[in-house]
Amino acid sequence: MNVVLGLDGLDALVGVLREEGHVVIGPVLRDDAITLAELSSAADLPSGWGVETGPGHYRVREREDAAVFGHSAGPQSWKRFLHPPRRTLVSSDSTGFHAARDDTPDYAFLGVRPCDLAAIAKLRQIVASKLPFVVAAQCTEPGEVCFCTSMGCGPGAGDGYDIALTERLDADGHRFLATPGTEAGAAVLDRLPGRVATKQDVALAEQDVATAARRMGRALPEVDLRDLLAANRDSAHWEAVAQRCLTCGNCTMVCPTCFCVSVEDTTDLDGNAERAERWASCFEIDFSHLHGGAVRTSGAARYRQWMTHKLGTWHDQFGTSGCVGCGRCIAWCPAGIDITEEAAALSQTTEHGGERR
Amino acid sequence: MTWVPTPYRVATRTVETHDSATLALRPVAESLPAFRPGQFAMLYAHGVGEVPISVSAIPGDGTLVHTVRSVGAVSRALHDAAPGTVIGVRGPFGTAWRLDDVEDLLVVAGGIGLAPLRPVLAHPSKRTVFIAGARTPQDLLYTAELSHLSGVDTVLTVDHGDHDWNGRIGFVTEPLASIPLDPDRTTALLCGPEPMMRFCARTLLGRGVPAERIQVSLERNMQCGIGLCGHCQLGPLLLCRSGPVVGYPVAEPLLLTREL
Repeated sequence: MNVVLGLDGLDALVGVLREEGHVVIGPVLRDDAITLAELSSAADLPSGWGVETGPGHYRVREREDAAVFGHSAGPQSWKRFLHPPRRTLVSSDSTGFHAARDDTPDYAFLGVRPCDLAAIAKLRQIVASKLPFVVAAQCTEPGEVCFCTSMGCGPGAGDGYDIALTERLDADGHRFLATPGTEAGAAVLDRLPGRVATKQDVALAEQDVATAARRMGRALPEVDLRDLLAANRDSAHWEAVAQRCLTCGNCTMVCPTCFCVSVEDTTDLDGNAERAERWASCFEIDFSHLHGGAVRTSGAARYRQWMTHKLGTWHDQFGTSGCVGCGRCIAWCPAGIDITEEAAALSQTTEHGGERR
Repeated sequence: MTWVPTPYRVATRTVETHDSATLALRPVAESLPAFRPGQFAMLYAHGVGEVPISVSAIPGDGTLVHTVRSVGAVSRALHDAAPGTVIGVRGPFGTAWRLDDVEDLLVVAGGIGLAPLRPVLAHPSKRTVFIAGARTPQDLLYTAELSHLSGVDTVLTVDHGDHDWNGRIGFVTEPLASIPLDPDRTTALLCGPEPMMRFCARTLLGRGVPAERIQVSLERNMQCGIGLCGHCQLGPLLLCRSGPVVGYPVAEPLLLTREL
């Protein structure tokens, strides 16, 4: 049953989730960005803060209203909780090998945007992690670099949430339409102060999401991206991107689905050793290291690897695209490289018979 | 618990060349499932790291046999491991040589690329031709054993000979171009440096061997062995699970792209 919550209901939601033993993570304003951190109450949410994004550009801005989910994707994603930047895998000492204890808290994620909801599903295909309790926040206000509609990942929430919220502020007040996605979600909603939603509430929420879809700033070309990238391994365009790309790896760090890790050993003076994985990037030279040297040394080859994997070969490996259209890689690229523009450029050169190196 | 190695102990260590040694590993307690020819294990040297190494023999009694060439910190530590040393092992990983319906078998190896092919040579087909190349005679692996392979036509060749070398000098492609073979009956297994495999495959295709019956063993950086770390990608392939043994129709376009 759909419920309409007020700000008190939202605060009660945080309280109930904490009472149930969850570590509740949600958006907060920190260091001039919307980041993700533990919430002690709904008062921690970034009420009245929005963001302004563009290629190589991200600024928080004060909104004219008090919306708490009125911001698009920030520099962090839920990846850092489901697939932490560093994780111990195994330790070894004189008695043998010991699997690392899984001390992942029982998370509840609050305010997961639909693009990130899709990203969590993609990540969980690869990284085994406890299923968090997920409160999605449907997107009614896409950012300038967003293109989730063309990836089929938003602005409405797809599968995988326990509760989906749709925020609305108008003459009737600041409220959230709450839709349960699971029995656990419905059980939580039963404990919150609110009122039963009317047809009008639901219709307004649907209208807000549909409007958001039409206001999406960007799109990927409407071609089979897997075929496009497979056909363009030798395109001269990779070199054109490489002239701008700094191979810094920012895109891979902010991407909510980039999962690659390197494994490293640390030892202590007692002879104990520990193996840990840490986030790695296909832009690192060492990423493709073999004893004869790295396979991918040029920036062109490394950018091609990243984009081809994200949009193309991910399908071969996992049966889906690796991209959800959150736009983080565009906003956080210091050179402002835009994956949608690069895909469009490849698609245009291919239409004209392919530009070959 | 796929990240947790199973402890094995070095039972014997055989020096093969100036930089390569073969380790026979016995389980300390529990043992891993059986390996097939072409598959690999992740071998862990305590405190140094882990590298993918193919099995170079399959005795069938649970002993794991690996030939390790010392080329970096981890492979040096493994190469130097004295009998009694405990090595962590994960596996078996990856694809095996496909040996069903083999009529004539052609095995071409370059350098350490011979190691993953040795288990195949232990059970040759009725007609088996084996060509091995190395940089110098001192780099040839398993020489005592290979000169006595029964039922196998063996051709050894080196890039640079020395005073004691009476054999062939040149690339493996040269004997490959001239040995008698029936292209309709031949299954070719290639392992060695990528350019070597490419040129061998080109020679074989030119002689009428269908690409479908050419298999290559490919190498990329591997850190997990189970498709989680992303390092071993070659185009659409995660080589730790779609490889190392790959059919040439799939491998060819990938190998022909620079820095893929």
